[in-house]
Amino acid sequence: MTERNRLTIAILALGGQGGGVLADWLTALGEAGGYFAQATSVPGVAQRTGSTVYYLELFPLADKQPVLALMPAPGDVDVVVAAELMEAGRAMLRGFVTGDRTTLIASTHRIYAIAEKSAVSGGLADGSKVLEAAHRSAKAFIGFDMDAAAQRTGSAISAVMLGAIAASGALPFGREAYEDTIRRSGIAVEANLKGFAAGFEGRDEAPPPAPALDVDGIIAEGMRRLNEYQDAEYAALYVERLKPFEGKLRREVARGLALWMAYEDVMRVAQQKIRARRMDEVRAQVNAGPGQILHIVEYMHPRWQELCDTLPAKLGARLERGGALKRIFAPMFERGRHVRTNSVTWFLVLRLLASRRRARRGTWRYAQENARIERWLALVREAAQSDYECAIELAKCQNLIKGYGETQARGLRKFVDVTQSWQMLRSRPDAARLLRSLRETALRDEDGTATAEAMRKLA
Amino acid sequence: MAERSFKAEVEQLRLSAGQEFRGEGILAVTKALLQAGVAYVGGYQGAPISHLMDVFADAADLLKELGVHFETSASEAAAAAMCAASVNYPLRGAVAWKSVVGTNVASDALSNVASGGVTGGVMVIVGEDYGEGSSIMQERTHAFAMKSQMWLLDPRPNLPSIVGMVEKGFELSEASHTPVMLELRVRACHVHGRFIAKDNVPPRFTVQHAANDPVRDTERIVLPPANFLHEREKIESRWPAAVRFVQDNKLNEHFGPKDGEIGIIVQGGLFNTLNRALELMDLSDVYGNAKLPVYVLNVTYPLIPDEVRDFCAGKRAVLIVEEGQPEFIEHELNTILRRADLQTRIVGKEILPRAGEYTAQVLGDGLAKFLGTEKQAAVPVSASAPRPPSAPVLTALDVPQRPAGFCTGCPERPLFTALKLVQRELGQHHVSADIGCHLFSILPPFNIGNTTMGYGLGTAGASAFRRQDGKRPIAVMGDGGFWHNGLTSGIGNAVFNRDDSLTIVVDNGYSAATGGQDLLSSDAANDNRSTRHAIETAVRGIGVTWVKAIDDTYDVLRMRDTLRQALTSKDRGPKVIVAQSECMLNKQRRTRPLFAKAVKDGRRAIRERFGVDAETCTGDHACIRLSGCPSLTIKPNPDPLKSDPVAHVDNSCVGCGLCGEVSHAEVLCPSFYKVQIVFNPNWWDRATAAVRARVIGWLR
Repeated sequence: MTERNRLTIAILALGGQGGGVLADWLTALGEAGGYFAQATSVPGVAQRTGSTVYYLELFPLADKQPVLALMPAPGDVDVVVAAELMEAGRAMLRGFVTGDRTTLIASTHRIYAIAEKSAVSGGLADGSKVLEAAHRSAKAFIGFDMDAAAQRTGSAISAVMLGAIAASGALPFGREAYEDTIRRSGIAVEANLKGFAAGFEGRDEAPPPAPALDVDGIIAEGMRRLNEYQDAEYAALYVERLKPFEGKLRREVARGLALWMAYEDVMRVAQQKIRARRMDEVRAQVNAGPGQILHIVEYMHPRWQELCDTLPAKLGARLERGGALKRIFAPMFERGRHVRTNSVTWFLVLRLLASRRRARRGTWRYAQENARIERWLALVREAAQSDYECAIELAKCQNLIKGYGETQARGLRKFVDVTQSWQMLRSRPDAARLLRSLRETALRDEDGTATAEAMRKLA
Repeated sequence: MAERSFKAEVEQLRLSAGQEFRGEGILAVTKALLQAGVAYVGGYQGAPISHLMDVFADAADLLKELGVHFETSASEAAAAAMCAASVNYPLRGAVAWKSVVGTNVASDALSNVASGGVTGGVMVIVGEDYGEGSSIMQERTHAFAMKSQMWLLDPRPNLPSIVGMVEKGFELSEASHTPVMLELRVRACHVHGRFIAKDNVPPRFTVQHAANDPVRDTERIVLPPANFLHEREKIESRWPAAVRFVQDNKLNEHFGPKDGEIGIIVQGGLFNTLNRALELMDLSDVYGNAKLPVYVLNVTYPLIPDEVRDFCAGKRAVLIVEEGQPEFIEHELNTILRRADLQTRIVGKEILPRAGEYTAQVLGDGLAKFLGTEKQAAVPVSASAPRPPSAPVLTALDVPQRPAGFCTGCPERPLFTALKLVQRELGQHHVSADIGCHLFSILPPFNIGNTTMGYGLGTAGASAFRRQDGKRPIAVMGDGGFWHNGLTSGIGNAVFNRDDSLTIVVDNGYSAATGGQDLLSSDAANDNRSTRHAIETAVRGIGVTWVKAIDDTYDVLRMRDTLRQALTSKDRGPKVIVAQSECMLNKQRRTRPLFAKAVKDGRRAIRERFGVDAETCTGDHACIRLSGCPSLTIKPNPDPLKSDPVAHVDNSCVGCGLCGEVSHAEVLCPSFYKVQIVFNPNWWDRATAAVRARVIGWLR
């Protein structure tokens, strides 16, 4: 093969991530460093949130103009830069990353694709597969959370990526040359130099994720939560209810029971919204400066049903069914409310609602949830005697009940469907497997049709 | 004003002879047009040629100095019709658009101008939107060149070649009295490179001269008997003149050795990819010194029979690298060889894919096959296709697809949220979509839309369903499509034929999908164009009586109720909802600097954005299925008892308000909140904040 003098660089980024800015910097860097620089891309509709490839070739300046390619050829790419983990995966899928040549520089953070985000449950792609592939396929792999570094330094991810490229040594330019490129571009120079430096250092600074709780940890967390939710007596009831369960089943029941007993009602939501530490969380989430004045507007929609839920059981049940009062007052509960939590009036209202939790045990909602919990526990206990694995599956069914309003009602129907199917399946040897597949179908099912279909097939 | 400002690029248009131009391919074309002395330029924006239109729009002063007329045409048809200026007068003109779609729209006028022929050179610059990154049907502009007989230029994709071809193209057009098309693929339009500039040339004869001193020649008008004359002229004089010009000026090129048993003929635009594939097989170098003869067609129509004969004579086989289908060039080559009675075998689509982009990998595979079958070839290497050395370690299933979608805070999103909600009540309707950002509705999470029939044709696409008594069809149309032709072919058509359909016109103030150019109904004042012509007025003017303009698309409930009303109303006749909110991408571009300045100057300013209480979120993601906003995403559940990821609003949120509206409309969980962050608070802000903090602190 004739001598290969070119340097080839592919950048994979999402629309709006600054892949074009990075390509411009590298072009300017190459031109200032005595190279003929060619860069191109196929932005088009992908500029609107899709994924795009930018491609550059650098060739030492000579009298003649070289013939450079306009797209990466598999096996011929020196540097691949991916602005997100799955884009690194895409680069590998397309054959751009090869062990003999390619330095792969990727941000390991995730920007979830719409299919991942909109799944009712689960649906996340497995990032570890991509990381493993990156280590295996690339000549050198530099991967860290460049998005976090950008946020930490108040710069753009493109600046961090440029820093990582400089540090990789894959291109024949010194750090100064890169920094001069940023300076010459004249846009947000200070911030981008900081981002560049963070990229040059190139490491993750986030603490490792907390390990999963063991059964004792779950129970401790459940008790803490229910104590706050109601009182010590309620937490004691939780522990009492857990007594008949052992082993793996105990763990599943402990988790589901804590969540179910701390079901979300008006009092709970009010309690959560006015907690002192919540204001700090909000401040952190919106990057507000210290002492900066904030207003918080909640989107709430207490419905007639929620009102009935908080009333004493008999009254609540009667009003929910109908009657003159419902006809007159229910329309007042059909629209959403904008609640300004940090105004004195609304704070008082929420505080009053939160304090109603002392009367919770007498409410209509409590009566219903308590009965459902008891039925569920009885079912799991019964199953445990004949088929332990089935019992675990039934315990896990608590996770089907989610959300509020119509979502919660649909979840409840799915829960009832799946748990009741056990009576039909219990005589079968593979009952646990069938139950699991049914539960998993129901988890991913938005409107209940897939669950009904799966049930019909089993019957 | 377009999404991007081209002030710096406009300066490059002023470069004089000997100075170096550095920039994008399509911008090099703008400079080349000025160097060629164009008198008028027009076109319709669309990827990949939007920047040509944008940079000319930003260069109004320079164009005035030079006496060049520039027009943002209403459609490609309008642009093509403008070329009528070159029929009688020695005016050079250029028009540009996205192809093949733009050429479809323009083809009526193109046929006419090609039939009568031109006096001044006419160049049609087509951005061939084919292959990766394309958003349209995969067809070839080549067919239009052949059927109307316009010469098709396909230069090698480097700036000097492209710029040179603009200059030569005008000369060719004038020498043969035929309009020419300059075909630039997506990557060539966006390629950054350099070339040595020449001075700009003001047109010797301007459009004013022509208007003041009109000339008429009935033989140039397409009407019998001249139309029959035109056809003969094309064959007897214009075609031979073009062939002579191409030959004399050596517009096509040769690379590699003169002779060989096998050779390659390639479209100019594909040369660089071919050369790279050859290089990776050690059959060429970085300067194109191929080890086998290569004949580069910088003019792909017409072919030059003498050149083809000379190249093929003495060769056993010739590979034709021609992207897309049908393989017009391959057919023509075979015809030429048959007529010349040469036995050279033309190998093309029998080994190269019939469909799809010709990437380096595809060409490498094809070359390997070609050299493999032509074993005795005098090529001094073992031919093997370039291959990634290691087997792939990931499968397509491991990497989620990333379809394009609405931008963060897009005002079109709530429209489809409302449509999704109303269809839950009334059942699914037939939805006829159009071209524009709103076509993203067909993708997740909305999955709305049955067909799309072309720009501005959303309403017409629903017209067959007009007389049914069942559900009303719904058509969606953008403001771009509306002014392009939707007002007449859609709304007017519906009025005249007594349709009972609903048309939603998305009025976001810009031609948004093509880069945020102004149009008739834009709200912005524009120094060089007349804006602020309301869509509602136009719709009423053409005869629609049921029209509702909604000036806040983020009001999902109002939008839903209006949609329901339109779909269930007893009124007969077409219904039109004009959904008006400013394109968020352009709004941010407009308002961000203003906000930053206000904060810097110490003026009170409020920034809004949304958040989610992770504790209250139940992880069911119903909110995402009604939005799909990039800023509304997910994160690991901080609750150690829960495993499903929770919704999360990231820092890119622009506070459009849709999240809150959706949670109200659908009674989702009460986890969404809006935060108003006050910058430079006044005394009242500070006083109330202090009182609140004290009282609430005490109450806690």
